[in-house]
Amino acid sequence: MSEATAPMHALALADEGVGHGWRVVARKEFADHLRSIRFLVLAAILAIVTAATVVAAAGGIRSVASQAMGVPGIFLRLLTIESPPVPFPFIFVLMNFLGPFLGIAFGFDAISSEKSAGTLPRLLAQPIHRDEVIIGKFVAGLSIIGMMLIATTIFITGLGMFRLGLSPTPGEIGRLVVWVIVAIIYVGFWLALSILLSTRAGVATSILASLGLWLVLIFFGSFIFSGAANLVAPADDLVAVAKAEILLSRISPAVLFSEASTVLLDPTQRTVDLVTVEQADRAILSNLTLTQSLSVVWPQVVGLVAISTVLFGLAFVSFMRQEIRA
Amino acid sequence: MAAPTILTRRLTKQYGETKVVNALDLRTSAGEIFGLLGPNGAGKTTTILMLLGMVEPTSGDIEVLGLDPARNPLAVKSRVGYLPDAVGFYPDLTGRENLRFTAELNRLSRTEANRRIDSLLVDVGLVDSGDQPVGVYSRGMKQRLGIADALIKRPEILILDEPTTAIDPEGVAEILGLISRLAKDEGVTILLASHLLHQVQAVCDRVAIFVKGRVVAQGAPHELATDSKGPEEVEISVGADEAAVRAALANQKFLRSLKPGRLPRSYLIEVDHGSTNKLVSSLVEAGLPLTSVRRLSEDLDEVYRRYFHAEEATSSV
Repeated sequence: MSEATAPMHALALADEGVGHGWRVVARKEFADHLRSIRFLVLAAILAIVTAATVVAAAGGIRSVASQAMGVPGIFLRLLTIESPPVPFPFIFVLMNFLGPFLGIAFGFDAISSEKSAGTLPRLLAQPIHRDEVIIGKFVAGLSIIGMMLIATTIFITGLGMFRLGLSPTPGEIGRLVVWVIVAIIYVGFWLALSILLSTRAGVATSILASLGLWLVLIFFGSFIFSGAANLVAPADDLVAVAKAEILLSRISPAVLFSEASTVLLDPTQRTVDLVTVEQADRAILSNLTLTQSLSVVWPQVVGLVAISTVLFGLAFVSFMRQEIRA
Repeated sequence: MAAPTILTRRLTKQYGETKVVNALDLRTSAGEIFGLLGPNGAGKTTTILMLLGMVEPTSGDIEVLGLDPARNPLAVKSRVGYLPDAVGFYPDLTGRENLRFTAELNRLSRTEANRRIDSLLVDVGLVDSGDQPVGVYSRGMKQRLGIADALIKRPEILILDEPTTAIDPEGVAEILGLISRLAKDEGVTILLASHLLHQVQAVCDRVAIFVKGRVVAQGAPHELATDSKGPEEVEISVGADEAAVRAALANQKFLRSLKPGRLPRSYLIEVDHGSTNKLVSSLVEAGLPLTSVRRLSEDLDEVYRRYFHAEEATSSV
């Protein structure tokens, strides 16, 4: 290239700016995910667990069919009730197991595998900003997770129609749509967490650390929160302790997701807070609209978005600040 | 003189107390092959990363194609091809797919990219393996693919970090030939960092010998090699024992010293400046069967060793 055309070249690049590179990265990562064995394994696990949980729940609904008729949002109970032989409802399984697994699976090697394969210096020597690499990876991970969760929700709907002989009402479909978006944000938290760890640790260390945090948050979270609640609230006031525990536990995205799911998938749920007998006594039973349900759990939804965003921000900063060497 | 393609002034990079690159002055022009030679850990890679805007200099100035890489990294990176040391590729993608990804990042159209990939795979000798996943490539093949990868954007400057490691001798000759052609025919500036001096000295127009962050010598390889008026050191292999060689050279005044070489029946001989030819003719006249003659002081290896030792001696004081 001659000297005269060089500035033009630079100008053209500046005009196009950010936006090209992350799309190229995201497209490649998405294609890689789709072709990976990891994706097939996760899709299979997701399908089996979902089918088992939802078919059991459908059986439970059918066995009480006479009382179940006319219950508002009956179709959505497929996700929220458990029935033998499966001891957990679907949202519980998603919150505790499938969600974290999906997020960690598509993020734990995001940056670390580029480092171990020696592709990072070559990638960063191309005309893209460094932030486009991590943004592209996060977008690709979130897209594949979103695709899988939406497919799962459609699968549940199909199974439900088949097993219950009921079609979801438009209202129920609306609730499912909103709920799946919240579920994607929740899994996005685990994705951001594992990407954050992958910017600093090796492949093996980052998966171990991700699983370790999952273990602590999911299995020991409630002990930690109740222990902390006993410290901050007067021990003789049981209501105060319980309230403190609920409040503290909302640090956990799993709790936020669980509360949001409960309200979004059940029009009769009016609150996520502690309700005393006195408060419940004269309450007039009525169903909430989707907008009302959403406004009840809006803080939870915003909290989930915030935690996921902060974690991704940390991953971003961590990646931007490190020096990449060959 | 044409505008420099790479220009650094007192470029310095410091990590803590250590100056990894210390007051480096470089200047290259279009079509030139510049060798940055030095042992591992001399600061070659750090220098390259600063030229690409991937590492920020502690002090000093850099201009790459008239641009400051720290301010305009994208513009620089779209015009500079880089082959990292121990280059890596996505193992599940084929060679061709890996190159296509780089092409997309460089905004090449699909048809343009395919055309470019086809011709580059021929150039680097990977036509038959282009559609295999890189996971099955040998290190040498990855290195060749890395060169194709660096060339895909039609760079004006090509920076190669240890391009010949892991490639067999024949492959080295091919790669160096390709590099020379790029410089001569297309006017690409080539910056070649290597510790394998004798492999690259043949193609370099100029070299800088780089030890512990400092350039200890800079110039054309032959200028550096011929050390003004000093004695010449020659290694000969001859089908005769030491006594016979000594006898043949007994009355020659130019002989300074003679000792056994590294191999059996090879000898290290030091003679006066400009006397290598006389040495060879007296050996031939004595009827000794010479099998090889190598002038050590013309070998950059020796130059480099000399500077390296000098540097170590001063730093240990």
